[in-house]
Amino acid sequence: MNLKNFKFTEDHEWVKCEGNISTIGITDYAQKELGDVVYVELPTPGDAIKKGDACSNIESVKAVSDIYAPVSGEITEVNNTLDDQPEKVNQDPYGEGWLFKIKMNNQDETEALIDEEKYNDYLKGISEE
Amino acid sequence: MKKTKLNKAHHFLKGKMIDFLGWELPVQFSGINEEHNAVRTTGGIFDVSHMGEILFRGEQALDAIQFLTSNNAAKLVPGKIQYSALLTEKGCFIDDLLVYMMADNQYILVVNAVNIEKDFNWMKARVSHFKVEIENESDAYSQIAIQGPRAGKLLAQFTDNDISAINYYHFDSGRVLGIDAIISRTGYTGEDGFEVYFKSTDDQAVEVFLQLAEQGKKMDILPAGLGARDTLRLEAKMALYGNDIDDSHTVLEADLSWILKLNKGEFIGKPALLAQKEKGITRKLVGFELTEKGIARHGYPVYPGDGATSSVTSGTFAPYLKKSIGLTYLPIEFSPIGTEFKIGIRDRKVRAQVVETPFYKRK
Repeated sequence: MNLKNFKFTEDHEWVKCEGNISTIGITDYAQKELGDVVYVELPTPGDAIKKGDACSNIESVKAVSDIYAPVSGEITEVNNTLDDQPEKVNQDPYGEGWLFKIKMNNQDETEALIDEEKYNDYLKGISEE
Repeated sequence: MKKTKLNKAHHFLKGKMIDFLGWELPVQFSGINEEHNAVRTTGGIFDVSHMGEILFRGEQALDAIQFLTSNNAAKLVPGKIQYSALLTEKGCFIDDLLVYMMADNQYILVVNAVNIEKDFNWMKARVSHFKVEIENESDAYSQIAIQGPRAGKLLAQFTDNDISAINYYHFDSGRVLGIDAIISRTGYTGEDGFEVYFKSTDDQAVEVFLQLAEQGKKMDILPAGLGARDTLRLEAKMALYGNDIDDSHTVLEADLSWILKLNKGEFIGKPALLAQKEKGITRKLVGFELTEKGIARHGYPVYPGDGATSSVTSGTFAPYLKKSIGLTYLPIEFSPIGTEFKIGIRDRKVRAQVVETPFYKRK
């Protein structure tokens, strides 16, 4: 999968920016760590969120995991298909398993995000621990 | 971390290993849902070697077991197994266990991994006035559980014993892959199945597990981990020590009165339980289902109403039933089927309802 246009966080989220809209999801590593996703609690469109806010939860059979907003702004859209098909997060984390979209109010925040190569290095560091 | 003799098999099969109470064991292989549903429809193979085996031998072995446990072990005959409990003076749980009658004056008690030392010391300190020797054989035994509708067909390929003749909660002594073994028709999944106990080298134990996994694969039977073991036992409403039963809840409150035989003679906890039975219990372990979205997990707060609180003892999304289920202690007036109450899930209060248990019963 070509992830050239994706940015990442050390919390294992991905961010894809188009103009001032960013789409957010969790990485393949994250979905594998979580295991079978059975329920996704999404924010509500219109919510104002700050970078670092826990704005969503992903429940797998074995654990619950907070999703932190990687950027600040307003929630414009959420992936409602996950209500009925939460397994999309496992099956297609970078595509149909996206979580929500944020209209950013400060695009400079994306500069703190890391690219694919750095994220992969970060993962290597984790597996060597 | 402690490792079972099968440890290498898990790594070979790419199990995802975790620290389970000091044991390195697989939480899953292919995924909890897949493994869970395989056990319900075909089968699963589990390493449960961390469980403890404590031997009782001597002319008063039965008397000692009768004094230590709540069920009536006098009902056992060689080849039969009984579910029972070790209780405190107050009638609360030290542990739950299985009692295997091997022969006259000879028994094996199978206890939870987390409690092996505690149980052994507890028992040892209380049987000095009986003519019995007790021995902790936990490190010597491996245990593999083969569970699910096709479990018998798989196991039959590895033994000459007629395992179809073994009834539920009975066992046979024999050989599995040429190794002396106890073949027990028991399990912790709510399915038909077997648990095989044997003493062997590490290599032999690895070989048994890998051969079962390889032959199992041809029958859509999967290696399965602790994750599926937990969701399976919960669907079948089998109690987990440390979650649903512990040293602050009595056997009556845990709704396990069927393993309590108050008319069998003296045993630890009997006076307290007689008194509690007379007075009536004030709380009871019940099964619930969430009627709104969410998953109730161990430790989440429970609000039955009138200001009372307790907490979820076990909770999960049930992979086969596809419902959010769990267990909790509720005040007795809130325990009837259909009673509604609330569970705190992070900042929300989610509706739940007391339901019939077991949640899942095999046909």
